[in-house]
Amino acid sequence: MKAIIKIDNLYKKYKNADFFSVQDLSLQINQGEIYGLLGPNGAGKTTLISMLCGLIMPTTGTFLIDGLSFDKNSQQIKKFIGVVPQEYALYPTLTAFENLVYFGSMYGLKGTELKSKINILLERLGLLPFAHKRIETFSGGMKRRINLIAGLLHQPKILFLDEPTVGVDVQSRNVIIEFLKELNASGTTIIYTSHHLVEAADLCTQIAIIDQGKIFISGTPSDLVNQTEGAKDLEDVFLALTGNQLRDVV
Amino acid sequence: MWYKLLQAIKKEFLLLKRDIGGLITLFVMPIVLVITVTLIQDSAFQVVSETKIPVLVVDNDNNEISKAIHSQLQETGSLEIINQIDDQTVTEEMAKNAVFKGKYQFAIVIPKDLSKDLNKKVSQNVDQILGEFGLETDSTQTVIEDIPSKEIKLYFDPATQATFKNGIINAIDKMVAQIETKAIYSTFEDQMGSEISLNSNDKFISFKEIVPNLENDAVPNSVQHNVPAWTLFAIFFIIVPLSINLVKEKNQGTYVRLITNPTPNILLILGKTATYLIICLIQFYLILAVALYLFPQMGLPQINVDGKLINLSILTLFAGLAAIGLGILLGTIAKTQEQAAPFGSTFVVILAALGGVWIPVFAMPTVMQFISKISPMNWALNGYYDIMLRNGGIKDIFPEILSLFLFFSLMLAIALIYDKKKRFV
Repeated sequence: MKAIIKIDNLYKKYKNADFFSVQDLSLQINQGEIYGLLGPNGAGKTTLISMLCGLIMPTTGTFLIDGLSFDKNSQQIKKFIGVVPQEYALYPTLTAFENLVYFGSMYGLKGTELKSKINILLERLGLLPFAHKRIETFSGGMKRRINLIAGLLHQPKILFLDEPTVGVDVQSRNVIIEFLKELNASGTTIIYTSHHLVEAADLCTQIAIIDQGKIFISGTPSDLVNQTEGAKDLEDVFLALTGNQLRDVV
Repeated sequence: MWYKLLQAIKKEFLLLKRDIGGLITLFVMPIVLVITVTLIQDSAFQVVSETKIPVLVVDNDNNEISKAIHSQLQETGSLEIINQIDDQTVTEEMAKNAVFKGKYQFAIVIPKDLSKDLNKKVSQNVDQILGEFGLETDSTQTVIEDIPSKEIKLYFDPATQATFKNGIINAIDKMVAQIETKAIYSTFEDQMGSEISLNSNDKFISFKEIVPNLENDAVPNSVQHNVPAWTLFAIFFIIVPLSINLVKEKNQGTYVRLITNPTPNILLILGKTATYLIICLIQFYLILAVALYLFPQMGLPQINVDGKLINLSILTLFAGLAAIGLGILLGTIAKTQEQAAPFGSTFVVILAALGGVWIPVFAMPTVMQFISKISPMNWALNGYYDIMLRNGGIKDIFPEILSLFLFFSLMLAIALIYDKKKRFV
């Protein structure tokens, strides 16, 4: 399979930080995978995704997105990646439709093509009746679904999802997970972070468990369970590798 | 590119349209501010003529000079002379206490024997002068009495503003000089037995204010001074909503979405710049409309913008750019709305003070005069005055608009570099 993301010896240390948020991280993500990055709070998942999206720069190390480096091809890469941040990255006083028109237009989408894409996705995620309601009136689950749509209006080749189901009800989660599976089946590579291990086991084709900025283990969900002594599920693997101590970070 | 820019502008207007508080801040508050300040400043002069300020007069002389002082104070029409408090004749001690407690703005204490001693002193001087001309033969034999100089004491409420205090001191100084002159003339007339009245009240020297290049010979009025200054103040206040807008985008996460899409950051900033420039122009035209149509209805002088509107609009655009540059920089650096809003508003007040909105630059201490030269509000204000009060053209305001544009470019460059650097650390 073709490597769509290739990371070599990546390090990231924030200014004035005492430790590396990401260290000596090497990874290959193949086209068509749903790659789960799992880890406790402060493990370095969001930092890694932020570097891969071009939000922050690595301290050292390199990575290629579909064979291109951010240093020289940032605009080109941004055209085929989609980002769904952890926050509801939407304007609360604008309607769902207005938000989506704006974010879609920033990818150069316009006119009927844009409107039709918005309507299809709103319909698919059960939000069409609320298209012209303001985001500030939406529930957490509705906001998450609009957040997701805003990241994939331009049909990205690679979709980065930072905890896309955090704080949503079961119904919304199911809709989102099923939709992500459909999206992947149509050829989108998905890189996904979560704390929800059952969800990750269900969704991901490959998983890496990260802690202290390093990858502890990677493979298919079943491989990880099989490789870990005494583990019955992904949660056992996770705890065996990252320990039981609290991970409060400030 | 144009499509994206238009969409960015449309989004900014939608956000503003739904922010009632923001709209009030941007459009209603500046109008309220300009009306309030102009009314206050315009009526400051009227207060002196229409509303009488009570003044305590302690008359220890009770003679012709003190009567002259009384009548001259009354003639001003703006002072109400008070000689008694609680049916008691005011003494110096009573006046001092009442003024220092803030019950009265000021008190005048006329010294004892002022009339008698002034006449004696003038008479002595006139005798001496005439004696030197041989007109008063026995002058050399006159014993010159040592007459101590007299002091009219003024007590001011410590809270009295310096400008008002100086005005009163100057007026009384002028009044005393007139009384002395009158006394000298009268003594000369008496001594020389002249039938011609030398003591004419007609002024030989008078003043005429010459206004530069004004075709209709209109004298610049308080509105022409106030409207540009406070319009500018309002324009610069957009740094508060603009910086909050940027901080909100960072905190909401929309900024992450925007910088991970293929639209260059500068285009997003241009979208905000264009939107807020339109707002600045609307603010300016609204305030101008108020000055043109509402102020005359309120009894305020009318503003004269005949043939100046295009130049004023150009200057407003550049002043708006400078304010926007500052707002973008503040919004880029600030992490929270709590940082952006108080800092922004305080900074605008400082810029206004430095710019000469409240106190003219020439009246500032030398150091502050130098510092005021680096205030973009000062450049813009000078530009407005060049157009409105000095009848300047586009050539005259070119240095100001160039400075404002360079300021905008500098602020924008710092903001972009800071933002990029922050993401590199």
